[in-house]
Amino acid sequence: MNGSKTLLTSYVSQPGEIKTSSGKTLRTDEMIINMGPQHPSTHGVLRLEIVVDGEIIVDVIPHIGYLHRCFEKHAEHMTNYQQVIPYADRMDYVAAMNMEQGYAVAMERMLKIEVPERVEYIRVIMAELQRIASHLVAVGTFGIDAGAFTPFLYAFHDRERILDLFEMTCGARLLYNYIWVGGLSHDLPPQFIDKAKEFCKYYRPRIKEFNDLLTYNEIFVKRTANVGVLPKDVAINYACSGPMLRASGVNWDLRRDDPYSVYDRFEWEPQVGKGEMGTVGDTWDRHIVRMREIEQSVNIIEQALAGIPEGNVQAAIPKRIRPERGEIYARTEAPRGEIGYYIVSDGSTTPFRVKARSPAFVNLSVLPEISRGAMLADLVLIAAGVDIVLGEVDR
Amino acid sequence: MTAEQVFTSLKAKFGDAVLEAKLDALQPWILVVPERMKEVALFLRDDPAMQFDYLMCLSGMDYNDGKLGVVYHLFSTVHRHKIVLKVQCAKETPHVQSVSAVWGTANWHEREAYDLLGIIFDEHPDLRRILLPDDWGGYPLRKDYRVPEFYNGVKVPY
Repeated sequence: MNGSKTLLTSYVSQPGEIKTSSGKTLRTDEMIINMGPQHPSTHGVLRLEIVVDGEIIVDVIPHIGYLHRCFEKHAEHMTNYQQVIPYADRMDYVAAMNMEQGYAVAMERMLKIEVPERVEYIRVIMAELQRIASHLVAVGTFGIDAGAFTPFLYAFHDRERILDLFEMTCGARLLYNYIWVGGLSHDLPPQFIDKAKEFCKYYRPRIKEFNDLLTYNEIFVKRTANVGVLPKDVAINYACSGPMLRASGVNWDLRRDDPYSVYDRFEWEPQVGKGEMGTVGDTWDRHIVRMREIEQSVNIIEQALAGIPEGNVQAAIPKRIRPERGEIYARTEAPRGEIGYYIVSDGSTTPFRVKARSPAFVNLSVLPEISRGAMLADLVLIAAGVDIVLGEVDR
Repeated sequence: MTAEQVFTSLKAKFGDAVLEAKLDALQPWILVVPERMKEVALFLRDDPAMQFDYLMCLSGMDYNDGKLGVVYHLFSTVHRHKIVLKVQCAKETPHVQSVSAVWGTANWHEREAYDLLGIIFDEHPDLRRILLPDDWGGYPLRKDYRVPEFYNGVKVPY
């Protein structure tokens, strides 16, 4: 091409060029591949612009916003603070209870409301049930992305039983509007405690079954171990949180380290990635951290069910919410990580500004860092390991 | 480290760049000039006594008095202390120094603040709209924003 003489039989190539058998030099180039927004493994409407050199990923540029529903703008236009809660539900629609709880905790700190103990216990039970349900979606779809369809059915079968419990409590299966500022919309129905205990008893052995089916499966391990490694310092610099941060070996859980509600009364352990199958912070670690968290959540639920006190769940709900001029940032542990609400009040009955710091939005921003140099086929697993819910990424 | 100690050491190090602090607030905050935000951020991250290595949240603000602002919620995973940092700029010249080179997470948060409030982060590596379409007009979270009647010639039913 550039006038250099090459032997006819020489196949030796320089980077950026290939020599053919007839001695011609062909220039190679990077290629841009589009993935999404309509793609089964983007878990919603996420578009990835992928720059590849052969099969190696050079760069990934995520394009988001396809599910933007103006949460922050809506929140400013409500007529009162309680009305924000149904919108918070719709951010992370597979973990709506945790989204509500975060907002309620932030508002209660701002208003300095003491919530009755019964409310706190019920919130813990609901939040942990929701965490299990959400992790089941995560690990189930993760299996599908790795080519294993059956575990997905097991996961959704069990999730269905949790949704039945929610339906029994507040009538809704997905978006609850259950946790209100200062209390709850309904008390537990009389049969709930027995049914929930029954669920825990039924579910515990199913975790092992699921692990045998998927987690320790040879093919699954080969596909996920050492893939998409996220080092500890990068994870902290990118403010990753939840299973993503813990899988990188950081022992950090807001339920313990920035305490809220009554988590300090129960015995449980945050789960950390140890690199059992490969490197600390790889995709397999993210998966196992979720599986072990499910087990911890069952522990918490059982203890909370045993110790739940009596009380009126609506006693502390304020008739009219009118916080003083001021602001608060409160964070709680959602299944995907730190959900933070920055709420600014100007002394009126509507919020002046609500900013939601959603965990998947922040976790997704590290995707280019952990995908560079990986194989194109692994990108699907890396993205699935981040466990994004686009409703919450785009808000 | 308490907010007061952070304020004193920032004041000693940066002098006029640190404007004021509200230490009796629910969550105490410190106001910094936008032109020197990056220096302050680097100091807060790297000073052994501070080590604010975790940027929890970065929010754009419209104060509805001719000023825009950015609020940084910082946390240290080493010392486990928190601080809130603020900058303010005029609506006509909304320039703030980017901190995305200090905390990687700021990259997307700053793009969001640019997208919704029109705050321009100087030295940002990739300042584009992130949530709204590229051809959107205006900045919706500004208090004087009016919902457009038409988008690309299509009437917006609202």
